[in-house]
Amino acid sequence: MSSTGSTTEAPRRAFLEGGHALAEAAIQAGCRFYCGYPMTPSTEVLEYMARRMPEVGGVCINVESEIEGINMVWGATGAGVRSMIASTTNGMSLMQESLSEMVLGQVPAVVVNMGRGQGDYNQCTRGGGHGSQRLIVLAPANAQEAVETAYRAFHLAEKWRHPVLIYGDFLLSHTSEAVTFAPPDDATGPLPAKDWVTDGATGRSPRLLTSLGMRVVEAPEDGLAIGPGQTRTDVTAPMHMAVARHREIAAQEIRFETAWLEDAELVVTAFGVLGRFARYAAQLAREEGMRIGFVRPYTLVPFPYDVYRRVGERGIPIAVFENNAGQMIQDVQLGVLGRAPVHFIGEISMDRSGFGVGPKIDALHILARLREVWAARSAA
Amino acid sequence: MATTGEASGPAAEMRKVFTRSPLLGSDTHSLCPGCGEPNAIRVLMETIEEMGERGNTVCVLGIGCYTAFGALMQIDCQQAMHGRAPAQATGVKRVLPDRLVFTLQGDGDMVTEGLQEIVHAAARGERFTAICLNNAAFGETGGHMTATTVLGQRTKSTLGGRDAGRHGHPIKLPEMLAGLDGVAYVARGTVHTPVGVKKTKKLFRAALETQRLGLGFSLVEVVTMCPTGWFVSAAEGPRFQEEKLLPVFPVGELKRPRDLRV
Repeated sequence: MSSTGSTTEAPRRAFLEGGHALAEAAIQAGCRFYCGYPMTPSTEVLEYMARRMPEVGGVCINVESEIEGINMVWGATGAGVRSMIASTTNGMSLMQESLSEMVLGQVPAVVVNMGRGQGDYNQCTRGGGHGSQRLIVLAPANAQEAVETAYRAFHLAEKWRHPVLIYGDFLLSHTSEAVTFAPPDDATGPLPAKDWVTDGATGRSPRLLTSLGMRVVEAPEDGLAIGPGQTRTDVTAPMHMAVARHREIAAQEIRFETAWLEDAELVVTAFGVLGRFARYAAQLAREEGMRIGFVRPYTLVPFPYDVYRRVGERGIPIAVFENNAGQMIQDVQLGVLGRAPVHFIGEISMDRSGFGVGPKIDALHILARLREVWAARSAA
Repeated sequence: MATTGEASGPAAEMRKVFTRSPLLGSDTHSLCPGCGEPNAIRVLMETIEEMGERGNTVCVLGIGCYTAFGALMQIDCQQAMHGRAPAQATGVKRVLPDRLVFTLQGDGDMVTEGLQEIVHAAARGERFTAICLNNAAFGETGGHMTATTVLGQRTKSTLGGRDAGRHGHPIKLPEMLAGLDGVAYVARGTVHTPVGVKKTKKLFRAALETQRLGLGFSLVEVVTMCPTGWFVSAAEGPRFQEEKLLPVFPVGELKRPRDLRV
């Protein structure tokens, strides 16, 4: 953190670990409430915030559990302040009840999962929580993209009034890179008025921030024994609203990276930092004469199904590399819908601590797997 | 809340001595006959009105029967997850330190599901006021054991009465929290008698003034009737509370800041 020194001035350029870079970008995006429970590899975000938040007049709390943390973020966001929490894998599991309800309650907080390996793909995109809710999920591939993602996450959260999850890993959090702090163009436009903030009802009607569809009945409804002036709870109303909102998000916010799809006869796909490994492996393969294309989804929710559908429609096989037992591959298969073969070339590759940087996280290993799939494809 | 009425006719000499607090927002509610919670919420709203904090207050609601008041109370409210209101209120108070922030929770919410949240908020000395409506039962689910159900008390999950050997002992949260350094004010009140209601209103005032002065964490537990969850008639509620609950949960102030003049 020496590159930012002890100055309270916000850095414009810096050489930082991804976790620190993301934290600084969140502050520059206006985040003034942060809390976290230490756990590798998200600890560095907490450490950075503990030092930086007081410098900008913000709050950083070392919480006693991730459950407390996510609910503090709910409260601070509801009070009108941009708020964030970062955690890791197991800590995310603890937050799932609140994350589910924050979708229904339209609480636009930003949550970061610096995961171990990529085993939380299903947790991040489906949620371990209840109901049919999904977050918006963004997976940056490097420190600069993590910076841009922090600005974008707060923007998207308030644009849609929907919680946003940033999914990174050990490599993203701990790899130092040069970064420039500036919001991407798509995260600078006007946002809707925050007419839901509960900060004391001075000069306006009181507000209720609820995930339960609670309201006061004005006339007897549906023959129920609920009369005027009494409270009715319609928990399905927020669910229908969330589903409709998600449809709009899927229509407008899908982002992904592609390369060499025009002449591809095989496509490799991966997300997050491993997308960089896979792209490099594809490049090496092309130098060997294998016409391999590349797809990296940046928005895991909403997922770019159409990209995979178009590849599948050309009958081009897809090789999926993930550091897990095969999770994103299910979304790839949903896009392809049986039109072309989908091969899994990933695996769980951990160090002994389980942080997710095992020997198979290597471009040459991916290249070797691509050679196998390429050969099998040619043989077929 | 005494105001002078402007009546004519035979009642012209009658003086209006009581009216609904404008913060209650409705003349009715959907809770059971004989429930103590509306009594407690009524004097709480009167207290906030009298303190002039109506437009400066944020309530964080737990999950229980009282949650329905979230749509009625004429103040800003956030509804929390079951047990987590103290964490959510921490988030509100830390970013809006000049607002009056309180949680409204039941014993099931605060003491059973959310014990970790309330203990840590108290230990951190968070400057909000926690209010626990303790009826020693899960009223909303139809009468099940909570962490404050007293020994011998019948619930649908302790059919022969709560037994220490099988179900453990009730938690006396105010007594537990009073020993923590971050805690400035702790009291327990009751709303089963007119005197109890009046005294509870004073406890609310003292707790909220403690918060306004920034002296530390404050908690008021109010023992409330739940005839539905106790399987007695509405009329029997106050007597049941007097005989069964109050010996375990004695009313009064347990901790009070020296500088408090209320």
